[in-house]
Amino acid sequence: MASDPPDRRGPDRGTPVGRRVVLGLLGLGAVGVVTGSTIQNGLDDVLAPVQRVDPTGLSDLLPGDYFRIYTVTDGYPVESDAQYRLAVDGLVDHPMTLTLPELQARPATTLVRDFQCVTGWRVRGVRWQGVLLSDLLEEAGLQTGGTALRLESFDGAYTESLTLAEARRSDVIVAYSMDNGPLSVEHGGPVRLYVAPMYGYKSIKWLSRIQVVDKVIPGYWETEGNYSIEAWVGSSNGRNDPPVT
Amino acid sequence: MVATTRPSPDRRTTGWLARFDRVERAVHWVNAALFGVLILTGSVLYLQPLDQLVGRRALVENIHVWCGVALPVPVLLALAGPWGRRLRLDVRRFNRFSREDRVWIRTAFREREERVATLAQLEMGKFNAGQKLNAAWTAGVGLVMLGTGAIMRWYHPWPLAWRTGSTFVHDWLAAAIGLVVIGHIGMAVRDPAALRAIFTGRIRRSWAEKHAPAWLAGDDGPAAEEA
Repeated sequence: MASDPPDRRGPDRGTPVGRRVVLGLLGLGAVGVVTGSTIQNGLDDVLAPVQRVDPTGLSDLLPGDYFRIYTVTDGYPVESDAQYRLAVDGLVDHPMTLTLPELQARPATTLVRDFQCVTGWRVRGVRWQGVLLSDLLEEAGLQTGGTALRLESFDGAYTESLTLAEARRSDVIVAYSMDNGPLSVEHGGPVRLYVAPMYGYKSIKWLSRIQVVDKVIPGYWETEGNYSIEAWVGSSNGRNDPPVT
Repeated sequence: MVATTRPSPDRRTTGWLARFDRVERAVHWVNAALFGVLILTGSVLYLQPLDQLVGRRALVENIHVWCGVALPVPVLLALAGPWGRRLRLDVRRFNRFSREDRVWIRTAFREREERVATLAQLEMGKFNAGQKLNAAWTAGVGLVMLGTGAIMRWYHPWPLAWRTGSTFVHDWLAAAIGLVVIGHIGMAVRDPAALRAIFTGRIRRSWAEKHAPAWLAGDDGPAAEEA
């Protein structure tokens, strides 16, 4: 080292490592954007078992297998359990307005299924509990001419749609419980929809109204974001995610 | 003055040297403020307990996005004009790795005694290899965060898979940036003389004799910059 003369002759001597680091990061970033969804799925497989047994909760800080909370309005809309009402109306014989206790008094269905977001993340094995949407529709009495549902959120902005055939599936519930607790406000509480076989944007949060209509009216993201109206996991939105289990 | 281990070059006689000019300090602190806001608002968007505490998600998101968009502006403005001469010179310094820098990096992973002994013999320039890497890292990840953030925010033109990939890159880089910023502040606090220089612009000649002798002696050193 002593035989080497010090780097005294101006700032441009030496290897341009800085430039290479910047260009390298840009290249890695581009590769990450293109391949990120595949890598994330692999990481989830590795991290999920760790996060499930980690007593410190620190591993939850790592990006990956957890809920990201989206709202389309400012903050979370809040309705207390006592204030909450769910309207079932439109082309039905008996329009209903249900309170939370009234929903909870009906026969409950439990689903332990993944929650798959169209932006790529998936939370595995979430325990959902609620009332079958098909039971509520049957109780309200569908009139001829009704072919679809328009769903509204009490955030005042978000809407969704389902065909009646989709709404009658046995894995579509009006959920009031998640992972053995009440549904928290950031997850759409007190009541949200959970459409197991479809991407998360179909599972409208803060559900306030189920209206039976005569044709499919595209919902918020179908209008705003060009998302698929038929949002089957793995065969819509140009995605090929494995089916939810 | 404290005793020094090297003969003082006789270019200047004062005890203080100019290390950062006004423009460089302004850019550093505007950047620091933007990074601070980005980290805070990013944490709110990202960590659920904070989100519940703060609420107002749309506002927080807007602040985050527009601070991100603003991030390159101060650097580019400072580099663009005649006022950026000193900053441009330092950017060239950041870019180049000398042989000393490579030794410095290898030494960083050694035992403390060996490190101190090796570093004492190294003729380091104005910035050490760690500072150079931090500068390059910050520039690189800044651009990547800006690009991925833009894809996430203005998602219409991009394939959905890119939005997924951008979220992936943005999330992991955010975690890495958090660690590097903590490291950066930690290193600065451990060297109060160098830390003071980013507030006042000045540093003691004795510091440069010990930590940056090649800068002190070089053709582009403080003497040349004063000229």
